[in-house]
Amino acid sequence: MTAVTPRIRRGAIGVGHTRLPLGPAYALLLALLYLPIVLLVVFSFSANTSLSFPLKGFSLEWYGKAFGDAAMLAAARNSLVVATIAGTIATSLGFAVSMAVLRFRFAGRRILLALAAAPLVVPFVALGVALFLLFNLIGVPRSLLTIALGHSVVALPYATLILLSRIIGLDPALEDAAMDLGASYPTTLRRVILPLVGPSLMSAWLTSFIVSFDEVALANFLAGGDPTFPVFLYGQLRFAGRIPVLIAMAVLLMTGTIILTLIANRLRSRNS
Amino acid sequence: MLGRRGSLRFLAVPPFAWLILLFVAPLLIAILISFRGERGPVDFGSLLQLSTLQYEKIVDSPLWVRLLGISAVMALIVAIGATLLAFPIAYFLAFRARERAPVFLILLLVPAATSFLMRVMAWKLLLGSSGAINSFLLWTGLIQEPIGLLLYSQAAVVITLIYVWTPFAALPIYGALQRIDRSHLEAAADLGSGPWSRFWRVTVPLSLPGVLATFFMVFIPTVGEYVTPFLVGGTDGIMYGNLIQDFFTRAGNWPLGSALAVIMLVITLALVAIALRVVNLRRVVA
Repeated sequence: MTAVTPRIRRGAIGVGHTRLPLGPAYALLLALLYLPIVLLVVFSFSANTSLSFPLKGFSLEWYGKAFGDAAMLAAARNSLVVATIAGTIATSLGFAVSMAVLRFRFAGRRILLALAAAPLVVPFVALGVALFLLFNLIGVPRSLLTIALGHSVVALPYATLILLSRIIGLDPALEDAAMDLGASYPTTLRRVILPLVGPSLMSAWLTSFIVSFDEVALANFLAGGDPTFPVFLYGQLRFAGRIPVLIAMAVLLMTGTIILTLIANRLRSRNS
Repeated sequence: MLGRRGSLRFLAVPPFAWLILLFVAPLLIAILISFRGERGPVDFGSLLQLSTLQYEKIVDSPLWVRLLGISAVMALIVAIGATLLAFPIAYFLAFRARERAPVFLILLLVPAATSFLMRVMAWKLLLGSSGAINSFLLWTGLIQEPIGLLLYSQAAVVITLIYVWTPFAALPIYGALQRIDRSHLEAAADLGSGPWSRFWRVTVPLSLPGVLATFFMVFIPTVGEYVTPFLVGGTDGIMYGNLIQDFFTRAGNWPLGSALAVIMLVITLALVAIALRVVNLRRVVA
């Protein structure tokens, strides 16, 4: 034996020798994660009035009823409005934070970055209480707008992290070149930066949208008479008879959210 | 840079103003109100009449203090449970899945993107006495009577929350594992280190920032939970968050509710500050 054979294949380093059945373990964990969701979807298409076996056959009754429920449709529409406003604010501010922090040296730089990430470390019940008291103190009645304002704050860390990780990879020379050629800074942002980070902006917007669309703990404190869908759901879930219709509607909205998440993920991986 | 200088204001002022108005100010107001003596209406004039009455009440209420402890322990179990389940998922994605990793990642994102309330509901319906698990077991004849202890307990809350958080928890760990320079593992192997010692002495320490980020990502929202305990916890499974929410809805004592929230917030932030000293979280974000 003269030639030393490499003991380990490249790429497989560190794991090539593990005999642990990681693949099957992953499959099992994934199955456990899907099972409850699949059960809900199955029951939403069944004639059962409660979630119990045996299944009583296929039915679209609950979906039909869901589309006839005006209060529920209004709540779903409210969620769309709130998430659109919150997503837009969070993405705009997240972009501003990323550019300011990555392109400028200024006194409050670290504070700005820390503040933009800080909503992540505050339990929603505490922030909910705090915003509830603020709106009371300044005399702003609770409404869809107050929910959207609250959501813009909790979605900001997500939007900022997505945009930071994209803009950190952009060569500042691109901006310098545009400005040397006479473009103003706003023009440079609009014509050079925005096209380059477009997909990441979209991904940040979708992520913020979903954070808001699904959020209930904060929204509960900030909702007026007009609920978002999760707040509506939270209030209705104690009525057992309502559950099949609620699940049908939730399955529909959930399908939308999943599609948006997959789009956001694809945009992000393509843009970096 | 000259043209840009003037633009800094245009970039930095809006987010600063927004966060001060809607994040810093409300938290400060909550702290001020927690130091109010009576429940009366809240206005700017009386905001600075400070008293420690609410905090004295809390210290004198062993049940509330105990509930905070119980919630912290539940959040600890949930955070450890979700992190332990998420680690093999992330490890598989980072080291084993190779070119199929994007597909497996998408498979993980689907349950993560599923509505939070729906996933909690799924467990309510699974665990209920006429729920899916019981009716399935009755139907198959494995049990004659429904098992009543499944729902409305602390265990139901903990199981549900571990389930809810596991897919999210895998993402920061996956990120940390992906960033590990494979040449460190090669070097360890060349120096005679076996698979287990490479795992424990190279992979695990290098993934620690991601693991810690995951832990807090789960722990912080769980400490303040009130939605999940309300739906699957019942009276036995209520948490500290339910207490706070109660003082803002039914009981209507905002100063007391604020004091309870402030105590929780201070403890949470203290834990985060300690963690930031142990591991430099900026490496996780960067």
